[in-house]
Amino acid sequence: MSRWLPQPVLTFVIAGLWLVVVSSFTLNSLVMAGLVGIAIPLLVRGFWTDRPHLRRPLRALGLLGRVLVDILIANLQVARRVLGPLSRLRPAFVTIPLDVSSPYVATILGSIVSLTPGTVSVEIEMEARTMLVHALDAPDPQALVATVKTRYEAPLKEIFGC
Amino acid sequence: MSFLVEALVSFLLLFGAVFAVVGSIGLVRLPDFFTRLHGPTKATTLGIGAIVVALLLHSTASAGAVSLKELAISLFLFITAPVSAHVLAKAALKARR
Repeated sequence: MSRWLPQPVLTFVIAGLWLVVVSSFTLNSLVMAGLVGIAIPLLVRGFWTDRPHLRRPLRALGLLGRVLVDILIANLQVARRVLGPLSRLRPAFVTIPLDVSSPYVATILGSIVSLTPGTVSVEIEMEARTMLVHALDAPDPQALVATVKTRYEAPLKEIFGC
Repeated sequence: MSFLVEALVSFLLLFGAVFAVVGSIGLVRLPDFFTRLHGPTKATTLGIGAIVVALLLHSTASAGAVSLKELAISLFLFITAPVSAHVLAKAALKARR
C-alpha cells in the first residue's frame, strides 16, 4: 500500500482532477486517471514532507473564506498604489519570525502571503524559523508582521495544532 | 440565458480584464525586480479568478449543468502562482548577494 500508493488521498485528488479536466467518464479516461494518480505521487515522493493532521476542518474553511476576501481587498489597494505616484511607495524586505514548526504549514503560510497581493514570500528558513517577505508598500514593517501572524499564522496553528 | 446572467458574466469579464491590465501596467511602471513581482501575482489571483467565475457561470447557464472544469483551472492557478513567485524571488535574492 505505502510502497505503490505513498499518498492515497493525493492519488484520488489527482485522478478526480484528471476526470474533471478531460470531462469524460469512459473506461479509457478512468484507466488514464488511475495511472496518472499513481504515477505523480510516486514521482514527487522525494519532495514530500510529513503532513500534520487536520484538527479543525471547519476553521480551515473559515480561513479559506478570509483569504479570498483579503485577496479581493488587497487587490484594490495594490491597484491604487500601482496607478498612483510611485515615489510614495515604501518597498521593504520584512523578516517574520515563525511560530509554526511544520514545513508543510509554513509552506501554506508562504502561499497565502504570496497570493494576497502586495506581499511575496521570498525565503522560508525552517532552521532559523523565519520567513523573509517582500512587501510592495510597507511604511510600518512591524504592523505587517503583526497582521500576518494574527490573521493567518494563528488560525493555521489552530487548524493543524503545530 | 437570462439577461441577469449575461449582465453578471459581462461585469465579471470586464472586472477581470481591468485587473489583468493593472497587473501589466504594474509590471511596466514599477522600478525593480522585486516590486515588479507583485504585478503578475495580482493579475493571476483576481484577474483570472473573475474571468474563470464568468466562464463558470456562462457554461453552467448555457449547458444547464454545473461545469467543474473552470474550478480545476482556478485551482491550478492558485497552486502554481505563489510557487513560481516564490522561486523567482528566491533566485533574484541569490543573484543579488
